[in-house]
Amino acid sequence: MNDTSTLKPGHILGETGIWEMVIGLEIHAQISSKSKLFSGASASFGSEANRNVSLVDAAMPGMLPVINEFCVEQAVKTGLALNAKINNVSVFDRKNYFYADLPQGYQISQFTKPIVGEGEIIVDLDNGEQTTIGIERLHLEQDAGKSLHDQHPTKSYIDLNRTGVALMEIVSKPDIRSPQEAGAYVKKIRSILRYIGACDGNMEEGSLRADCNVSVRKSGKEFGTRCEIKNLNSIRFIIQAIQSEAERQVDILEEGGTIDQETRLFDTSTGETRSMRSKEDAHDYRYFPDPDLLPLEFTESWVQDIKEKLPELPDSLKKRLVKDFGITSYDASILVEEKDYVDFYQQAANGRDGKLTANWMITELFGALKKDNLSFSESPITSENLGELISLISNGTISGKIAKEVFSEMMKSKKSPYVIVKEKGLEQVSDDSEILELIDQVISDNQEKVNEYLSGKDKLFGFFVGQVMKLSQGKANPGVVNKLLKEKLK
Amino acid sequence: MPNKDTIVDVPTVNKIARLCRLDIPEVNKESLTNDLNNILGFVAQLDEVDTSNVEPLASVTGHKLPLRSDDVNDGNIEDLVLKNAPESSSGFFVVPKVIE
Repeated sequence: MNDTSTLKPGHILGETGIWEMVIGLEIHAQISSKSKLFSGASASFGSEANRNVSLVDAAMPGMLPVINEFCVEQAVKTGLALNAKINNVSVFDRKNYFYADLPQGYQISQFTKPIVGEGEIIVDLDNGEQTTIGIERLHLEQDAGKSLHDQHPTKSYIDLNRTGVALMEIVSKPDIRSPQEAGAYVKKIRSILRYIGACDGNMEEGSLRADCNVSVRKSGKEFGTRCEIKNLNSIRFIIQAIQSEAERQVDILEEGGTIDQETRLFDTSTGETRSMRSKEDAHDYRYFPDPDLLPLEFTESWVQDIKEKLPELPDSLKKRLVKDFGITSYDASILVEEKDYVDFYQQAANGRDGKLTANWMITELFGALKKDNLSFSESPITSENLGELISLISNGTISGKIAKEVFSEMMKSKKSPYVIVKEKGLEQVSDDSEILELIDQVISDNQEKVNEYLSGKDKLFGFFVGQVMKLSQGKANPGVVNKLLKEKLK
Repeated sequence: MPNKDTIVDVPTVNKIARLCRLDIPEVNKESLTNDLNNILGFVAQLDEVDTSNVEPLASVTGHKLPLRSDDVNDGNIEDLVLKNAPESSSGFFVVPKVIE
């Protein structure tokens, strides 16, 4: 019982027994629009400070917000992909707070009537199991600007380029029970967003970030008081932050303390969370409907048009790959993580051995790219060339062992495998007479061993196969070598 | 005034003032509290009307929310944007240090 190695993920063993985590996530996804949610300034990343700012974004008096239709469409599209209820009437509210990078003094968001209501997604866990996570809501809102605190000892520098960029906030139900599930959930949401093109999912540039609500309880008991960890921008940090926060809460509760509901920050250098805002400054946002914006309304037929144009989503694609190419569900789940993987795979495997292609792509190609620190889009090997390599293996032109040599050369030179095999003369030798020549050579070089073999030392057979293969520089067809050797050594 | 019920008290005024970053002199708080109660009391008359079957009215004009297409047609006016800033440097607004 006290052996922590048998603890389930999401369980913490304390002095008083096992605690269970209860986790809910708020994902902020930047919509892949060219312009901002309520202004025509560019939403692009990395421009000169305050270059992408209109008078609307700067909150000059008298400026009025006008909503971006593309952003509304992306929110509806995402709602549909999350199997969620689409609200044909939704309302924008002002969320009031003061901060230097929020010139309006309020964020335009949606509070009581979001554009998307309840839904659910299926999440693939590392152990091959699946779990369903409920979606509470999705709403549209403005991003804030950026504050730089390290440019000056007593001043902060403010860049409003990000101010007003369109975000979707996707709120999960508190259905998540372990840090690993939280990671898998974010991965799945990110994958769906990338498939439908609503968000580029780039966590390093902050296009996708998550706030995690964490509490702990004894199994079956009521939810405990939660803390919110703000602004996590990698799946690894999400997993670390949740684990460390839950452990902190268990320590406090077991010492007889209580959890204060508060906002916390994850310190990536210590791997621990710390309090972000003092309690007396607790936020009271005084939401009210934005008088500058009428309710957002659209017709059911507009929603249906969007639904019909939705691309095939990862879950359905995964099933199809298993069915059409005979690969395992696990391999399929890796391939559907990214749209680019699936497209590459389908081109490479088209008309070829699906399992073999999946193996080479997942083990060899992904492994080699990781080793060379290359992203998938930088792969020196095209889908066409990987496909050719699979054909060369399947039709016996080269052995699996030679194929690895060809593969390394493809990574280096970007040449087609046909060209490499031809240039280096790597074709597998299956011709009986050529192989017999090699066998004769090996027999005459190892007369003593042949005698031992003939007098009953069967184990030596492998040695002869090895010698013939070595002499052929790995090019002899091992099946043919086996067959001919057996006949020759009778 | 039709409704004399106290809706806000001085602590509430203090709280709202803090959230709004308003510095209200102590001597004005009592009269401000009275003013707010009078205004809210006046508006509270609306509670006498039964609206349980009425949808909230968002607009009396009958207009729909206008949408714009996703075009970049604004920005590149950093000089204008920074023109009223008390302090700026290399394209940034410069403000007293704010850090959480």
